[in-house]
Amino acid sequence: MSLSYVRTIDAPKLPAPTTTAGTWAKLRERFAPTPLSGLGTLVIAVFLAWAIWSIFQWAIIDAVWTAPDREPCNAPGAGACWPFVQAKALQWVYGFYPIELRWRPNIVFLLGGLSLAGLLIPKIPFKGWNALFFFLAFPIIAYVLLTGGRFGLEEVGTEQWGGLLVTLIVAITGIVASLPLGILLALGRRSKMPVVRTLCTGFIEIVRGVPLITVLFMASVMFPLFMPPGINPDKLLKALVGVGLFSAAYMAEVVRGGLQAIPKGQYEASMAVGLSYWRMMLLVVMPQALKVVIPGIVNSFISLFKDTSLVSIIGIFDLFNIVQSGFNDAKWASAQTGNTGYFALALIYWVFCFSMSRYSQFIERRLNTSYTR
Amino acid sequence: MTESAVVMKSVNKWYGQFHVLRDINLDVKKGERIVICGPSGSGKSTMIRCINRLEEHQQGDIIVDGIPLTTNVKNIDDVRREVGMVFQHFNLFPHLTVLENCTLAPMWVRKEPKAQAEETAMKFLKRVKIPEQALKYPGQLSGGQQQRVAIARALCMNPKIMLFDEPTSALDPEMIKEVLDVMVDLAQGGMTMLCVTHEMAFARQVANRVIFMDQGQIVEQNEPNEFFLNPQSPRTKLFLEQILH
Repeated sequence: MSLSYVRTIDAPKLPAPTTTAGTWAKLRERFAPTPLSGLGTLVIAVFLAWAIWSIFQWAIIDAVWTAPDREPCNAPGAGACWPFVQAKALQWVYGFYPIELRWRPNIVFLLGGLSLAGLLIPKIPFKGWNALFFFLAFPIIAYVLLTGGRFGLEEVGTEQWGGLLVTLIVAITGIVASLPLGILLALGRRSKMPVVRTLCTGFIEIVRGVPLITVLFMASVMFPLFMPPGINPDKLLKALVGVGLFSAAYMAEVVRGGLQAIPKGQYEASMAVGLSYWRMMLLVVMPQALKVVIPGIVNSFISLFKDTSLVSIIGIFDLFNIVQSGFNDAKWASAQTGNTGYFALALIYWVFCFSMSRYSQFIERRLNTSYTR
Repeated sequence: MTESAVVMKSVNKWYGQFHVLRDINLDVKKGERIVICGPSGSGKSTMIRCINRLEEHQQGDIIVDGIPLTTNVKNIDDVRREVGMVFQHFNLFPHLTVLENCTLAPMWVRKEPKAQAEETAMKFLKRVKIPEQALKYPGQLSGGQQQRVAIARALCMNPKIMLFDEPTSALDPEMIKEVLDVMVDLAQGGMTMLCVTHEMAFARQVANRVIFMDQGQIVEQNEPNEFFLNPQSPRTKLFLEQILH
């Protein structure tokens, strides 16, 4: 037999074979490839059907839709007590902010919502100006409008703020403060300078080792003890600082994870073309590192958003606290009031967190194009 | 006598207890093309990485284009502006397009306006024969193309000296030539070059001098023909036998 061989005709290029044909085969492949996994599918399907039906029955079929007070909700077999939510909705949004002054938070919501949408939607132009407005002008405008006491605006103390307004203030302040602080802490922890490194590592490890509730308690109860008499910063301000520093420590570790994913060659190439440390970080390292850890960053944002409910422990009426305090209203206290309130509360938190999650996936896909061939 | 581009005087360096560079003395004239070879771990890369301070030497003097390399940050910055470097693994910035890779340093280090930086970048991308890839990302290019972009990126800073650290070692065989062609072109243009490479044909074609290193020392140096035909040191002979088969 000869070893010599020369191909004279190219082998035909064929379409890939379809492993299993037909809808039925595909369904089977997906849901019941073996009898045992088919049984598993069945068990899960029955459980899901039961769970969804129960919630549906409680929230829709048996629910009380209109009522002047708690009476119908107290009837045996009554489901969700939606009139309670309706009656309290505005309080959930504004807290105890004076009713005739609600236009002020409304303007803040509107400006914040518009400029945030402008920042988040890629197609909208003027990103630079928009960022400048959102991060510099908007906080000042919001502060002046909400607190008042200037330009003939009536003063409204932060103890009157509440509901979603406060939750959003704490969450957005925390998010906006924690990312840059976290980046600086992460860089500090990897610094060659021993003092900087020790300070940053110490801060991160101490804050991470303490529950947020403790941090909030310390900020609101212990902090004033160390201050000269007469100086007692605002309760909400202390909570903001506490939440911001707390989440910065977590963010620092997320960002550090991203920094470790960047190959040494990127640093060397940056230095070789003459970039200084800060330019290298800003232009080469951070854009790549932050992209790697988008899931981790958003994870931190989401848990921060939900952790804002802990400020209720130091007597701030955020969304969680204000919903809960409504349960004691004699007009509405019924067997279903609590269930309905918590259900609605969970739904509100979920909408915000799920939006963040979806948006981050959108951004990941958008940024991912550059790496693939 | 022509001026020196790089002078190394009694340079020593240790990694912990390991003596990685031992009494290195080297004087590279302007316009000279030097090829450095030697077994792996012989300190070739470390030596050329000391020239732009990616590695710090502990004893001796290194003077690049008249600027002494000390802990003085300004001197280090000045040297890095004069010295371009090409790495084994390209080290392009994957989040930036080819064009942005080339304009980043000119715009941020030399403060060139964007239009001017892009014009220069396109000039060098044409020189390495890939202007049509300017708007792609590095991940979309082949290894040979990426390395040519890396050369263009270094050239955009108008360096007086170019360092090549095994520029073809990570390439598939069929892509080596396109990179070497660019390097030959650069050599013929009069650039001062220090190349760590095992491409001996390249060494014969363009080098003024071939340096053989082993165990952290310069063991032998000579002009290429003499070096290959008539090696003196037994270590050089052994090495050449092994790589030239």
